[in-house]
This record gives sequence, structure tokens and C-alpha cells, in this order.
Amino acid sequence: MEEELQPEYGPKWSDQRVERMLGTLVVFIVGLLLALIVVVVINGWPSFAHNGLSWFGPGGNVDDQLSAISQSAETGAGYIYTFHAWPLIWSTILICGGAVVLGLVTALFISVFLTEFAPAWMSNLLRPVVRFLASVPSVIYGLLGVLVLVPFIGNHLITEHQKASVAGIISLTGYSLIAAVIVLTIMIAPLMVSIFTDALSSVKPGWLEGSLALGVNRWRTIWKIGVRAARPAIVAGTVLALARAIGESVMLAMISGSTAFAPNPADGLIFIYEPSRPLAPTIVKSVDQLSSPPAKATLFAIATFLLFSGAMFSLAGALTRRAMNKYGAA
Amino acid sequence: MESSVVTPPPPAPPESKVPTKAVEGSATWSLVDRLGLAFCWFLGLLFCAIAAAIVIYLLIQGIKFLKLSELTTPAAAGFTEGESGGFSDAFVGTLILGVMGISMALPIGVAIAVWLVEYGRPRALARITEMTIEAIAGIPSIVLALFGTVIFTSTALGFLSRSNEGVVFGRSFFAASSMLALEALPLVVASTREGLNAIPRHVREASYAVGKTKAATTRRILLPTARPQIATGGMLGLGRIIGDTAIIVVLLGATQNFSPVEGAPFPLDYLRGAGTSLTNFVYEASPTGNLNQPQKAYAAAFVLLLMVLALNAATDLVHRRARKVGTWSH
Repeated sequence: MEEELQPEYGPKWSDQRVERMLGTLVVFIVGLLLALIVVVVINGWPSFAHNGLSWFGPGGNVDDQLSAISQSAETGAGYIYTFHAWPLIWSTILICGGAVVLGLVTALFISVFLTEFAPAWMSNLLRPVVRFLASVPSVIYGLLGVLVLVPFIGNHLITEHQKASVAGIISLTGYSLIAAVIVLTIMIAPLMVSIFTDALSSVKPGWLEGSLALGVNRWRTIWKIGVRAARPAIVAGTVLALARAIGESVMLAMISGSTAFAPNPADGLIFIYEPSRPLAPTIVKSVDQLSSPPAKATLFAIATFLLFSGAMFSLAGALTRRAMNKYGAA
Repeated sequence: MESSVVTPPPPAPPESKVPTKAVEGSATWSLVDRLGLAFCWFLGLLFCAIAAAIVIYLLIQGIKFLKLSELTTPAAAGFTEGESGGFSDAFVGTLILGVMGISMALPIGVAIAVWLVEYGRPRALARITEMTIEAIAGIPSIVLALFGTVIFTSTALGFLSRSNEGVVFGRSFFAASSMLALEALPLVVASTREGLNAIPRHVREASYAVGKTKAATTRRILLPTARPQIATGGMLGLGRIIGDTAIIVVLLGATQNFSPVEGAPFPLDYLRGAGTSLTNFVYEASPTGNLNQPQKAYAAAFVLLLMVLALNAATDLVHRRARKVGTWSH
């Protein structure tokens, strides 16, 4: 008893001291993020400075531009920085947009199912499944995509006629937009499901009961009351999933086709079978050219673009979610 | 009056939920609503089927191609899959990265969470820290990897990797695991904060009332209570670390074997040298990588999947045990 009353933590662990130590650590982490932003932007700046706004625009073949950039370090005739990233940005928009839209629909239905309709055995099965799908490493998705999905699409879904129709421009092998979208959807939907189910199950039961008491059936109640009340969380989950999708590099490097080609929806439905390459996989594929200064600047410019979109989406999602928490509390 | 201090708080009232028995069936619904519910079932079963397909397919391939010798022999140069050795270095590399990464992420993450929840002053710094953590969660791992190439090739950090006549290689287990730790940090912080926030105020006040300092309260009462959540956060972070590929491809060096630095004492020579991990091995051994040995890629992916499954099961176990202990009544 006597020992318990002795101050175990003397002046060495006084509150002020602990607070200062933890505070220093926190300031260090904040500083690290700032350093990261500064380093990435400074290293990427030459590429932006030489191209101006046309960096984001179309023009020329990106793969040719990238190899010209990395070779210009050795020619001695001055560095080349000309880079027009539009095909890569367009591919990012198509793949991430497609996956987020598909994922949103899937995740909404699954979360409604989980919170309201699934029998106990089903939800006991589905919840671990969702968590498992979220935790499978992206390289495994990539491997299965390359060895299973891509050959299937290439051999069975794309007709010979379709292959012949674009033979002069690009070869359709199965490495395609649709493969990338499908696998990315499976990767990001679980993330949305976990946020959506949290939100749906925290909707006040009274609101739902009120609707049920008016004779509205359970299906319409959950969609009209539950899903609407959870709207901020749905926005937040979607935005967070978008941040994850934009940053996905390895899986997409494996199955998106790795050709800097911009599939054009105006060509008809065939565009979903066309290969492309988003921004993040471009860095992975060209990372061995980091020793060439202009290539390094170009890669860091891409990284700057990814950094700002990823971090902004993540922040926006977190803020929306916090607003939801405040509103759902009490 | 005295009784209000010493009596334990009253047991939580039973949760009021919409009764799950005797709810209306879907028989009276309109066709559209019933189709919607059918779609829910379809998607739920589809998710289960996808997860089962991934596990079973990799299980079959793993049993077919995985030999125990592959876990004990390092990769070697060879023309056929029979000659090119196993992936023991990758397996050990994943273990090293997991241990190093989580031993950095866990203490730092817990410290940040403690500061955020228990101290959090000045308010502005707390807000900035929260935003920093959210932003770090949204940074694509490939951007973290590029940032790592810049800071770890600086001469000041040359002691963490191989350096040759003043030129720092910048790729080592130290470099990769510290960036992986940064990637896992937000998960640890979020989970620990959740745990700390769930402890009601009166627990802290009771501890202060018997003369404990804030530091002692945190160390003796709060952290032990939040242990399940801290463990969950750590395991989520560990899953992220062993599943990441982009950082390892960029920051661990393009090699399939350990390459220890000569002249350094035992563990440091390996940790300062380049290496590989299972994810990197799968990426390189897939048909789109440099090695193109799909059989071995399957075997390595199977080992990786087993690790992920074990981690998931462990997380579940911790979670369930935490729930059995019971929640605080407010």
C-alpha cells in the first residue's frame, strides 16, 4: 500500500516534460509533411516551368517524350523537358472515375444489405469477406489480373473483328481499361463499405422507426431516410476511395496495359478494351531513370500532381466525415 | 453524496434497436423494391465468391508450385524456373520490413495519438496535426517512395545505406522501412485515438484524484485500457507494410538477393544494403516484371496471402476479446 502511494514518476516524467516531448514529436511529423511537399514540388518544378500549362494538355506521344527526356541527359545538347501528360491524366480519370462510380453503387447496396437486410449468417460471412478484400496486397490483385482476368478478356471478350479494326493503332491483348476498372473496384469498394456501414448503423433508430410507422416499407425507409441521413459519410467515403484509387500504382502498372494511349469513348464501346497507363504507374515504370536530371524532374512533377490530388481528396473526405460525426453525435 | 463517488456507474441500458424479429417480409413490396433486394443479395454473394475465388485459386496454385525449398534457398540466376532458386531473401525481407516498419510506426503513432487526445494544446497545432495525419493517409505510396529517394541519397543520411566515394545509393532496409512506417502511421494514430476517446472522463478524474500525474495516468491507466485498439492499429499498419510494393520497388533496390554492405557489423550490414520483399518478388516474377516466372510468383503470392490471412485472423481475435472485456459505461 505504501509503495503504491509513492510517486512513481518523479521529475524525470513530469507532465510538462512529457508534454514537451510529445509536442516535439508532433511538430516533427508536421515538419516532415511540409518537407515532403517542399522537396517534391522543388524537384518537379523544372518540368512545370518548361512546359507551363501545356504540361496538363495533349500533344505528341508521351512514351516518346519520356524517352527523349531521359536520353537528353547524356547527349550534352541540353536537357529536354517537353512533356504533355494528358493521355496519362485522361487514363487516370477514366480508370479511377470508372472504379469509383462502380464502387459507389456496389458499396451502397452492400452496406444497405449489411445494415438492414442480411440475415445473421450472411452478415457474419460478408463482414470478414469485406475486410479480407480490403487487406489483400495490391500486387496479388495485380498478379491475378495479369494471369487470369487479362487473358480471359483478351481471348474471350475481345472479338477478332475488334482487334482487326484498330490493328494499325494499337493492339488489343486484354490489358485494358475494363480489366483495370474491375480490379480497382474490388480494391476500393471494401473501403467504402466500411465507412458506409458505420454511417448507416449510426442513423438514429427513431428516424427509421418513424418512417416505418407511417407504413413505408423497409426497403424504401433505408434508402429514403437512412441513406439520406448518411449522405455526408457517403461523400466522405467516396472521396477517400478516390484518393486511394489515384495513388494505386503497382496493380495498375501490371494490368492497365502500360501504353501511353488515351482511349476515346467517342470510338464506341471498344474503348473499354483499349490499353492505357495512368499517372502513378508511369512513375513505377520509369523509376530507373531517376539518375537523369530531366527525367527526375518529370517524375517529380507527376508526383506533385498525385500528391496534391491525393492529399486534398483525403483531407476533404476527413473534413466531411468530421462534420458528419458532429451532426450525428448526441 | 458519498455514495455518488464510490458506487460504480449503473450498467448501460439495453440497446434499443429496431426489433429484428417479426419484421415485414419482402412479399408485400413492389417489384422494383424486390429487385433491389435481389441485387443486394447478388452483390453480397458476388463479394463472397470473389474472396473465395482468390483464396481457393491461390491455394491451388500455391499447393501446386510452392516447395518448402523455395523458402530456404535464395534467388539465383537461371534460365528456367527450376534453376532460378527460391525466394528466401524475399521472405526474410518481408519479415525484416514488417518488424522495422512497425517498430517505428507504433511508438510514434501512439505518442501522437496520446498528445492529440490528452494534451492537444495549443488547439491550432492539434488541428494542424490532425490535418497532417489525414494528408499523410492520402499521399500515394509512390510519392512517399520518391520523397525517400531524395532524403536518403543526401550525404547526411549516407550511414543508412551504401555509399561509394561520396555518392550515396540511398536504397536500403532503413530507407524502405522508414517510409513504410510513415505509410502505416495514420492507421496507428486513428485506431489509438479511437481507443483513448472511448475511455470516459471519470476514469481519468479518478486517477487524478488519487494524485497521479497525467503522464502516470496515461502510462498506467489509459494505454493499458486502449491496448486492444492499439494492437488493432498496429496490425492494420503491419498489413499495409507487408502489402506495399511501390515503396519497396523504389527504395529497396532492384535486386532479388540481400546485398550486405561490407565492413559493417552484423545486423547493420544487411539493413544498410539493398534487398527484396515478397511483394517485390511477386511484382518482378509476374509476366509483366523482369523475371517472368509465373509459377514462382504464384508460390510467393500464396505465402504473402497466408501472412495477410493470419494477420486478419489475429486482428479479429483481438477485436473479439476487446469486446468480451466490455465497454465503459458513461
